[in-house]
Amino acid sequence: MIELRGVSKSFGSQLVLNRLDLQIPTGKITAIIGPSGEGKSVLLKHVIGLLRPDEGSVLVDGEDISKMGRGQLNRVREKFGMLFQNAALFDSLTVFENVSFPLQEKTSLSEPEIATRVREALEHVGLAGVDEKYPDQLSGGMKKRVGLARALLMNPQIILFDEPTTGLDPVICRAIHQMIKETHASFGFTAVVVSHEIPEIFDISDYVAVLYRGRIIESGTPEQIQSSADPVVRQFVSGSLEGPIHLI
Amino acid sequence: MPYLVQRLGAATLDWLTEMGRMFSFLLYALYVCFTSPGHPGHIIKQMSFIGARSSFVIVLTAGFTGMVLGLQGYYTLTKFGSEGMLGVAVALSLIRELGPVLSALMVTGRAGSAISAEIGIMRISEQIDALETMALEPFKYLVAPKLIASILVLPLLCALFDVVGIWGGYLIGVKLLGVNPGAYFGEMQRSVEWKDVYSGIIKSICFGVIIAWVCCYKGYYTGHGAEGVSRSTTTAVVMASVLILIWDYFITSVLL
Repeated sequence: MIELRGVSKSFGSQLVLNRLDLQIPTGKITAIIGPSGEGKSVLLKHVIGLLRPDEGSVLVDGEDISKMGRGQLNRVREKFGMLFQNAALFDSLTVFENVSFPLQEKTSLSEPEIATRVREALEHVGLAGVDEKYPDQLSGGMKKRVGLARALLMNPQIILFDEPTTGLDPVICRAIHQMIKETHASFGFTAVVVSHEIPEIFDISDYVAVLYRGRIIESGTPEQIQSSADPVVRQFVSGSLEGPIHLI
Repeated sequence: MPYLVQRLGAATLDWLTEMGRMFSFLLYALYVCFTSPGHPGHIIKQMSFIGARSSFVIVLTAGFTGMVLGLQGYYTLTKFGSEGMLGVAVALSLIRELGPVLSALMVTGRAGSAISAEIGIMRISEQIDALETMALEPFKYLVAPKLIASILVLPLLCALFDVVGIWGGYLIGVKLLGVNPGAYFGEMQRSVEWKDVYSGIIKSICFGVIIAWVCCYKGYYTGHGAEGVSRSTTTAVVMASVLILIWDYFITSVLL
């Protein structure tokens, strides 16, 4: 279980998270949705300890990671995998080297064993035969899939997806969502997906939380969110220009 | 007036915070160098980048520095009828001062800027965050190999600078202006002491630390976007160069 309790975060004078509370259930796919610039990626970075809250606590399986030192934090991070918005592949390494990197650095597996696992992971995300390419030779969708293969390789208990489909065409978008659903069914990890893809995100989520003005204003099953009476949630879900959400 | 005092106080606090953060960065980098210095292959790769690939620019700069020292030294020493001391003047200037300082400034311009830009781009493209989310220590991959390589190659580049510079002075002094070759090398052998050589080596080691420290730090904490990387790269080169010159003064005053 991941729990954020009263988390606040400011950058300069801008308050991004305002005493935010959120519970993320174990083994489920939780989607965090909300208008752009509301701090969804900032929230995700708090969950894995890349950012520390100004106030409040972030509990991962009952341990408060917001007060931990580097060593302790790395022990907790062993449970995590993360797919970044722009995949964050190491641009000086090939696809094979990118995916094998955590195995090379953190396990004592032999080279043939590593090669077998990397090829399996790449096949799992439909990317056989691109091992020797560099990230700048791949399309946006391929990069995300390489990132997913890298995140899956260490069999993490929790995977964070930071806008996994941003900037991709609808077909690739659907393929990535399907891939998240299938890999979740195969591996049973806890998934936290930050997304703007309405209504597609409702098809893969077990639980949805809506972030607005630094707080979770509503959470529940996709059906509950889609039938919400809250004017902000209704406007965001319908994509209407009329309502309390103002364009910046 | 209170507003001015407030601004001055805020600027001082910011400066002290930055200095504290830079110093902590160095201490942690040195700690990682001793505890988990990274794969030897990474260090060798950095030695090749910082050292071997800087050798051409070092040879070029050293050659012309030695030649101009030969010219200027001959012009000055002739006034006192001591042109035989040209070899000593060239060698001591290079070994004690110009070799370590100019080689460090050349490496800062060539490799330091690249180090800062490389780490800065990794920061803004979230590659450093990716390392952290894998529970890996970014300093082990990005900072420690560069710091170790820089400490190892700067004295070698300085030695190369000294040798080429002395031959540059020889070319002008002996071959062009007619100084006796025996006097050029003989006086040099008699006057250059071991402490002159090791003071140059100590300076180079210190400059190696400064280059890797400042350039890695500025890249690691770069600003936003391409402009942020560009600004941090420029600041890294300027700050490293200035620190090299300031530190050179202090270390010279201690070692003299």
